[in-house]
Amino acid sequence: MTTKDAPPRWDRKMQQRLARGEAAALGELYDRFASLVHGLAHRVLGDERAADGITRDVFAHVWEHPDAYDPRQGPLRSWVAALTARLAVQRLRTTETAALARGGEGSAEELEVRVRRASVAARADYIAHSMPAPLRAALELAYFQRRDYRQTAADLGVTEDEARRRLRLGLQLLSTAHDAGTPGAPPGCGGAA
Amino acid sequence: MTGADPHDDRPTSPAPDAEPGPGPEGTEGPDASDGPGAAHGPRAGGDPGDGGTDASRDACGPGAADGAGGPGAGAAGADGPGGPGGAGAGGAAGPGGVAGTDGGGPGADGAPRIPLPRASVEDGGQPLPGTRPAPPPAPLVLDHHVLKSLLGAWALAACSPEETAAVEEHLGDCGGCADEALRLRAAVGLLHPPESLDLDPGLRTRVLQGCLDRRPPRIPVPPWATPYDAETARLDALLQDIGDDEWDAPVRLRWFERDEETSRRTTVAGVIAHLLSVDGLVGVALGLDDPLADLTDPDEPSPARRTEAYWRASRLPPSRTIRAPWRDQTHALVRTVGFTGGTSGGLGVSYGDFVLPLRDAMLDRAFECWVHAEDIAEAVDYPYEPPAPRHLHEMIDLAARMLPVALAARRQVGLSGPAPARHLVAAGTPGRSLRLEIEGLGGGEWLIPLDSPGAIGSADHEVAHVALDGVEFCRLAAGHVTPQEAAAGQVGDRDAIRDVLHAAASLSRM
Repeated sequence: MTTKDAPPRWDRKMQQRLARGEAAALGELYDRFASLVHGLAHRVLGDERAADGITRDVFAHVWEHPDAYDPRQGPLRSWVAALTARLAVQRLRTTETAALARGGEGSAEELEVRVRRASVAARADYIAHSMPAPLRAALELAYFQRRDYRQTAADLGVTEDEARRRLRLGLQLLSTAHDAGTPGAPPGCGGAA
Repeated sequence: MTGADPHDDRPTSPAPDAEPGPGPEGTEGPDASDGPGAAHGPRAGGDPGDGGTDASRDACGPGAADGAGGPGAGAAGADGPGGPGGAGAGGAAGPGGVAGTDGGGPGADGAPRIPLPRASVEDGGQPLPGTRPAPPPAPLVLDHHVLKSLLGAWALAACSPEETAAVEEHLGDCGGCADEALRLRAAVGLLHPPESLDLDPGLRTRVLQGCLDRRPPRIPVPPWATPYDAETARLDALLQDIGDDEWDAPVRLRWFERDEETSRRTTVAGVIAHLLSVDGLVGVALGLDDPLADLTDPDEPSPARRTEAYWRASRLPPSRTIRAPWRDQTHALVRTVGFTGGTSGGLGVSYGDFVLPLRDAMLDRAFECWVHAEDIAEAVDYPYEPPAPRHLHEMIDLAARMLPVALAARRQVGLSGPAPARHLVAAGTPGRSLRLEIEGLGGGEWLIPLDSPGAIGSADHEVAHVALDGVEFCRLAAGHVTPQEAAAGQVGDRDAIRDVLHAAASLSRM
């Protein structure tokens, strides 16, 4: 994961360029966010083609409604992620409901469980993606690289206290993925569009 | 080893797998169904025997293999209710599991496994730090705020064994920390390795086209700039995907000079520096800032000289950091040609020895970007496809249009015999021609006038016919295969064929 904490200025300018109808801006938007959008959609839907479809829908939506994004509400990245999660969960619900109606396996309750689980996964991905880079770096070392917190501190060049703080805070942020609908849990609960 | 337990636990339960989160464990594991019941047992009925045992047994499950009840229980308790079932259920089950185990230890108050302190914690909802008698001899005594600060590291199994034991001891005493421990453990299950960055490069074109169909742009990217836009995006995707050390992988740039194979050694990062330097020529023509402004003589805009100057000027060998300035410049070029629009296509871009109209310069840069992306892909063993057929066709067309000038240049320096006098033709009239047939996607047919750049290719004056695959032809024009090696079907005037194949190779440069 590269850390691209884009300055809000980039977000504002991008929105203005999209609103002006600048095709080159659309390409730059894609280059910056396509892997985020596709990754999130794939996490929710578990299917390459479906994720491609969501990617199309997300960029089409931003291109057609650039004013729907309000830079004062937060980074463009968060807004795009929220939009992606919402569209992907919507599509999951639609396709699963249709499958159920056609006499597919499972019950309506199971469907709800799957949709809820996918929403939580999408929120968690989004949170992991958008949390401050130092927190994400600490989690990455401790979890994916299996470094203990002292090694993590050394790797990051911070005190052990600070490493412990980052790991705890990072997980606290991540755990809000379970709290659908509470403030501070951005994607999937409106905001976009 | 108590400390080993959470480590062993990590790959099996919260480890990322196809299933999102710890949900399945939460619903299937014994903790979720038995947990809450067990937790309520001792508290409500005052029947510590069964309830406590149940809680302990469930909690010990995964830990039992390690023969370490305590910490194992902590981990299991955290995993069980950690599913997305909701904070409420998790909170109730969690401390029960943890405290139940803990109660087994000290056996406080005489009766076995009466978890009095836990009950009061839960009922009052208050953590009671420090009010409990000292736990059984623990190797490490830490105060509450240190233990609390360790919860994240504990949940990630990133503490020392002594700290793990101390935290888990503490979880039995402190409802607040126990609740948080559960939440954090459940959050670990949500960590997920980033999805692969390998997006289908064709998706970009399809997505952008879909958007533009729905809302036509007021400031479009000119069609002659879209191959450059697509090729730079493809190369950038490759660059995002390679590791830091691969930027130092050796690459040999190859081209032809006066019919001789020439090459220059550099690295992956050096290739990007090369692209940055030469793309800068287009930027200069468009009035953008030249990244090499201080390094080169603006009156001598040679691609090779600019590249060498850039390489020389960097104190350290170029590294991954070269990617951002290169990419920023590519975006700036596409953006700028969008603004200058259709009117700028004829603007001249000077390469030193020759000048190309902007529209052809952008195609040439797209071609170079692909060729060097292949060099890089080969160096780091990465699959790389040819451009989209439509773009490939335009690149081939550019090379075919440049061939008559290249043929004339070869004659001028004596690399090919002078055209027989009888064939000299006036500009704008049909002349002796070679039919270039390019096979495969993006292919087509071109009639190359042989004796003068001003002549018009003519089927009536066809003296030879060459058939080549499109990608093979591009490799020839890039100097990556020799005219002798190029697999070409040939019919007709052998000298004409030889001249055209050598002229194609002479289009290559550093």
